[in-house]
Amino acid sequence: MKAPPIWLALALIAGASAHAEELVPLKEAPGMQVVKGNCGSCHSLDYLRTNSPFLDRKGWQAEVTKMINIFGAPIAPEDAGTIADYLVKHYGVGG
Amino acid sequence: MYRDPIGGETMLNRRRVVQGLGGVLAVAVPGLAPRSAFPAPPSYLTFGLPGGEYDAAVLDALPGKKPLIKLAYRPPNYETPVSYFTSPITANDAFFVRYHLADIPEKIDLPSWRLRVAGDGAANPFELTTADLENGFEQVEVTAVCQCSGNRRGLSDPHVPGVQWGLGAMGNAVWRGVRLKDVLAKAGLRKETVEVVLNGADGPVTDKTPDFIKSIPIWKALDENTIVAFRMNGQQLPHFNGFPARLVVPGWTATYWMKHLASIEAATKPFDGFWMKSAYRIPNGKFPVIERFLSQENEASTPITEMVVNSLTTSPAEGQRLATGQAVDVEGIAWDAGYGIRLVEVSTDDGKTWHQANLGRDDGRFAFRPWSYRFTPPGAGTYRVTAKATNRVGQTQVDTLIFNPAGYHNNVIRPTTITVE
Repeated sequence: MKAPPIWLALALIAGASAHAEELVPLKEAPGMQVVKGNCGSCHSLDYLRTNSPFLDRKGWQAEVTKMINIFGAPIAPEDAGTIADYLVKHYGVGG
Repeated sequence: MYRDPIGGETMLNRRRVVQGLGGVLAVAVPGLAPRSAFPAPPSYLTFGLPGGEYDAAVLDALPGKKPLIKLAYRPPNYETPVSYFTSPITANDAFFVRYHLADIPEKIDLPSWRLRVAGDGAANPFELTTADLENGFEQVEVTAVCQCSGNRRGLSDPHVPGVQWGLGAMGNAVWRGVRLKDVLAKAGLRKETVEVVLNGADGPVTDKTPDFIKSIPIWKALDENTIVAFRMNGQQLPHFNGFPARLVVPGWTATYWMKHLASIEAATKPFDGFWMKSAYRIPNGKFPVIERFLSQENEASTPITEMVVNSLTTSPAEGQRLATGQAVDVEGIAWDAGYGIRLVEVSTDDGKTWHQANLGRDDGRFAFRPWSYRFTPPGAGTYRVTAKATNRVGQTQVDTLIFNPAGYHNNVIRPTTITVE
């Protein structure tokens, strides 16, 4: 197969990264979409990756609570638990 | 929401993103090393950061900026790689970027821009245009370090949540503008004024989030070095460093250096917003604080104010290899809250002995002070080269971390390991 022209490659790169932050990968696992939908509404998801892995369950729960109570994040109560579970499991310590 | 304010540069920017990612891969997967082995961290990231940062932080260029270490896209938080600190003045396009909230002005229209000067402590509120700033007041200049309170947070042990800054959430520039005291004088400052409250054009994504608003005590506002700056190193402020005007509070951490200044309010009561009452505070008694912010102090904590004395070694690089008999110039910069650097010492034997470094060019007491010390290792082996700065009031860098929950004021001495073969 003939290699695609360079302009196409660049256009694809530019298109795919028109929002570079969308390239920030999170671990594919149950809860990921809830995390993306909630956390990602106010900030990019790289915050989760750089802040890992050192928070335990209490630490991640405190972060989620801070986002709701102090920063006014509109996170539904049932989602808060899912988010904390996902973060502890994939970006935390001590399960 | 933030979008590229300079659309025409988007393509270039995105290509740089990819370049940045390529750079990471090139470093992380060197030639023949097995991919499954622990990859070497990217060379622009220092040691001691949270593990996830080595995967997530990439070099990326914001419009108008060089590739910097991207810690967060939105709001943008980008730190300056250590290699830029070989110059005591930090170039505008390499200067770090820090925002708290993601609604950043896309473009500021200068002709319609106004800076509101008001508050219950101002008898004569008024508005300023850029022309007023340039023509209505005496123009002054100060060279000063702008350092994020959380610089080196990522090196806290144990780690604490927040933007995981390494060594480069700081920069030193020549700021030009007008004295805040002159602006306040024109507003007819009432003697009951206790604080001056600052707000910028950036804000939160949802109105439930506290807007980033800060205050400084009136005595600091009236300090002749506190200025409303609209030139940085002889140029307009870069968009991401607060265009068209920001507050410059020499000696104090950058949290008070409000970007995209929109309002200055003289207040007769202490400001009680979240970013004063709950954030940017240090536990009482843990750090040396000469310039206290009494109207915001409580029994447990006080606002972070003065920067602690600190240094950064820019050369040799971590892990650098030398031949036996080869001399190396140990070089770096030192800074403090504006008392001025008195002494920088270098140890090459894990702190057993210390040698006085030569201090370089003096751009004033608020600026980075370059220093250097020539070291000829006595033989083959591994050496830990460490610098320690002391200021003119006798404050010095600490040997062990003074832990605090927000990871502020990290001025632990920091060795650079080199190998002589």
